[in-house]
Amino acid sequence: MRGLVAAAGAVALVMASVAAAAAVTAPEEVKVEDMTVAASLTGQPGDPAKGRSVFSSRSLGNCLACHANADLANELFQGDVGPDLTDVGGRYEPGQLRAIVVDSKQVFGEQTVMPAFYHAITDQRVRKDLAGKPILTAEQVEDLVAYLVTLKGK
Amino acid sequence: MKGQLGMAGLGLAALLSMGSAASAQDADKLVINGDLEMTTRAPAPEGLPFEEVISGWHFREDETQALETDDFDNPGMLMVERGQDLWNEVQGAAGKSCASCHGEAAESMKGVGAKTPFWSAEAKRPVNLELQINQCRTERMQAEPYKFDDPDQIAMVSFVRFQSRGMPVKLDLDQGDMKAWWERGKELYYTRFGQLDFSCASCHEQNAGKYLRADYLSQGQINGFPTYRLKDATLISTHNRFKGCVRDTRAEPFQPLSDEFMALEVYVAWRGTGLAVETPAVRH
Repeated sequence: MRGLVAAAGAVALVMASVAAAAAVTAPEEVKVEDMTVAASLTGQPGDPAKGRSVFSSRSLGNCLACHANADLANELFQGDVGPDLTDVGGRYEPGQLRAIVVDSKQVFGEQTVMPAFYHAITDQRVRKDLAGKPILTAEQVEDLVAYLVTLKGK
Repeated sequence: MKGQLGMAGLGLAALLSMGSAASAQDADKLVINGDLEMTTRAPAPEGLPFEEVISGWHFREDETQALETDDFDNPGMLMVERGQDLWNEVQGAAGKSCASCHGEAAESMKGVGAKTPFWSAEAKRPVNLELQINQCRTERMQAEPYKFDDPDQIAMVSFVRFQSRGMPVKLDLDQGDMKAWWERGKELYYTRFGQLDFSCASCHEQNAGKYLRADYLSQGQINGFPTYRLKDATLISTHNRFKGCVRDTRAEPFQPLSDEFMALEVYVAWRGTGLAVETPAVRH
């Protein structure tokens, strides 16, 4: 009897982890509609504090390469290839911010130089170890979006 | 006069205002050794979206610019001098040096570096200085070809191109199939590569004059190559720089001296038509 309960518990645990994994929307499944991705890619809200790191880290979002952001004024050498994002949370809805991060080309058009951060590229000579992998994970995208929402200017 | 970006403690407001002001580049004039006036701005060849093509020299800081104005200060000149020595050195089974056939480089090589890459009727393809020198080594000197980016290769290429310093870049696209190679190079220039999905044009055409973090994006001209890069503390060849740029898009680069990079060199060299050859240029 005790064995059965333990087995049932194990099955429930496995099912729960499958459910959690299934809740993450894969890059190829994301639909940009009306320049918006309304739902969280993880089914969960992101963490703005972690998103701030994604924004500034050169190995993650590296957003400062192209965008200035007064909230990170201690970081020298902010780029100006793209617009200043100091008040971007006041200019776009959360779903629009998510769509821009996921694949800005579906929002601004093919000509934009901004990379799609949640779009798996397999061709165009992409580095072998990165083939088929998006720049950011779904969780990192959600953290970043949660952070961008807080940027209301100073 | 790009301002002292290297100074610490810069406020964000100051940084941003410089970012926008710097898009005009600077108005300095490049004069080497007090008498060699260099053309660093020229009317853009037809078909480019720029009014003028601008040497990367204008996009660099005053201290970096100054290093190129005096050959005693230019750290790239050491390799040019090494090339001078190699020019006269007998190598290979034929018992010849470059000078055995070509005499004084100042005369025989003058202008060659301004028209490179050029059509080779023998090879039926465009060749740059690396390939032409290797052809001479194997066929006339019966010496081993240089491996790509061997310091002696960089020295020899720099020395040969130095003989054209100050002369305007001018390719002859009417020879052989040069136009087809130019077309292929143009196609590559506008093709997006890598996980970051950037083409050459993404940075060097659409965003020249803007800051990518601390990097002030130039037009990506190659009139000064091989170029002494302070961050590498050595002369860098054109195809090495191509490789670095493609790698930065998170793509697998083409091989140096591959057909792809030769086509790209033809096209990018053409984009600098009218600029003075600056080899050895100094950049950061």
